[in-house]
Amino acid sequence: MIKIEVDMNQCQHYGQCVFEAPDNFKLNDDDKLEYVAEAPDSERDNIEAAVDVCPMQAIRIVE
Amino acid sequence: MSEANPAAPVVIVGAAMGGLRAAESLRRSGYTGAICVVGDELHAPYNRPPLSKEVLATEVTHDAVAFPSRAGMDDVEWMLGVRASAVDLDARTLTTDDGQVQPWRALVIATGLRARRLDFAPIAGRHVVRSLDDAMGLRAELTEGARVVVVGSGFLGCELSATASKLGCSVTIVTPSVEPMIRPLGDLVAQEMRRRLNVEGVEILSGVTVAAINGETSVESVELSDGRVIEADVVVESVGSECNIEWLEGSGLDLGDGVLADNAMRAVTTDGVARDDVYVVGDIARFPNPMFDDVPRRIEHWNIPTDTGKRAGAVLAAWLADDGSFDEVVAKPFAPMPSFWSNQFEIKLQAYGLLGLVADDDIRILEGDLTEQAAVGYFRDDRLVGVLGIGMKAALLPYRKQIAEGGS
Repeated sequence: MIKIEVDMNQCQHYGQCVFEAPDNFKLNDDDKLEYVAEAPDSERDNIEAAVDVCPMQAIRIVE
Repeated sequence: MSEANPAAPVVIVGAAMGGLRAAESLRRSGYTGAICVVGDELHAPYNRPPLSKEVLATEVTHDAVAFPSRAGMDDVEWMLGVRASAVDLDARTLTTDDGQVQPWRALVIATGLRARRLDFAPIAGRHVVRSLDDAMGLRAELTEGARVVVVGSGFLGCELSATASKLGCSVTIVTPSVEPMIRPLGDLVAQEMRRRLNVEGVEILSGVTVAAINGETSVESVELSDGRVIEADVVVESVGSECNIEWLEGSGLDLGDGVLADNAMRAVTTDGVARDDVYVVGDIARFPNPMFDDVPRRIEHWNIPTDTGKRAGAVLAAWLADDGSFDEVVAKPFAPMPSFWSNQFEIKLQAYGLLGLVADDDIRILEGDLTEQAAVGYFRDDRLVGVLGIGMKAALLPYRKQIAEGGS
């Protein structure tokens, strides 16, 4: 299991992560990010891609 | 078929985001051999956009912008503070400014851009913002009440103006353009951006260039091409960038604008041959993106170093593995979606696609109202090739999909 943390003080809700790991990240109707903090190991590449594309570098995988 | 010296490392020239992503991608793709990253800055790779925005407004530290290190990267060798000076593609060697000759098995070109400078005497108070050290130097002078002249009205110039203004400086933008950000955004949107920046107290003097920067040891005033003189303590030059390609001159690579690459990010020679052992990533790479057409272009958007770095790493790892997978990996579709964002005061811009491909009369409001929130569409031959959100985010997602799928 992968644990994910998003620094919501950093997050500007750009939603780039949504394209890389849609099972874990989405933008709601108010343009705010919602995320699921756990993902199966099989999602690691997608979660890492979401970390990479965050313009604010607000997403972290907790190892 | 790999024929290079297997004992030599993969050498990545450029230790910023593109070089980092290429190294990570090599590891993720199964390459376990030596990797050496050469970079002229002393800092490990960091995220540049906050340098004109959040970080400049608070405190500028490497910790605040450093990229996290990833598993498998521990044995990557970093040669920082070293500049590449020449490369020999036949001998497969890199020469650095400390006189060393480094053999390589494969080469990744990731030297990116540098800020263009105005051609005036180097006195105190003149700044550019490209590196962390640049931002630290500027931050120290953005004190309350400082008179700041920002030269250039692209995204960087406008962001720096907003940040300096929020720090209590009085800011004047000097630009040869008719409107701020007009080249990427088009006339209609750029006019609205000028209105919003004016409301926030930023003065924009357009249609003028800088004739002189006056001051004995530090900036005292800026003289414009129309004769006006503006008193100033700080001049920030955001007048575009230049490709760091000097070290590649005479190498035989196509340096027409940046470095030409094919869709697999393999460097292309002036004879039109793509080298399996030389790759180009980031701002400096001129490559074709089938999302739009087959014209190679450089794209100076934040996501491009990551996308091209990952692509180059995957293709190069397949070549190094020499396990028969290379042609298949090269043939995989690669059509990265360009995206950028810009924060200026409360103005939040976000865009997908290539807005700059489009003529002014092919820009249409898709949703909303320009003076409040809007989604703006950029069309080429009736095909959506770009979308800009002004204060809109989730609403852009269907348009993004449309651009990715061919825009119809």
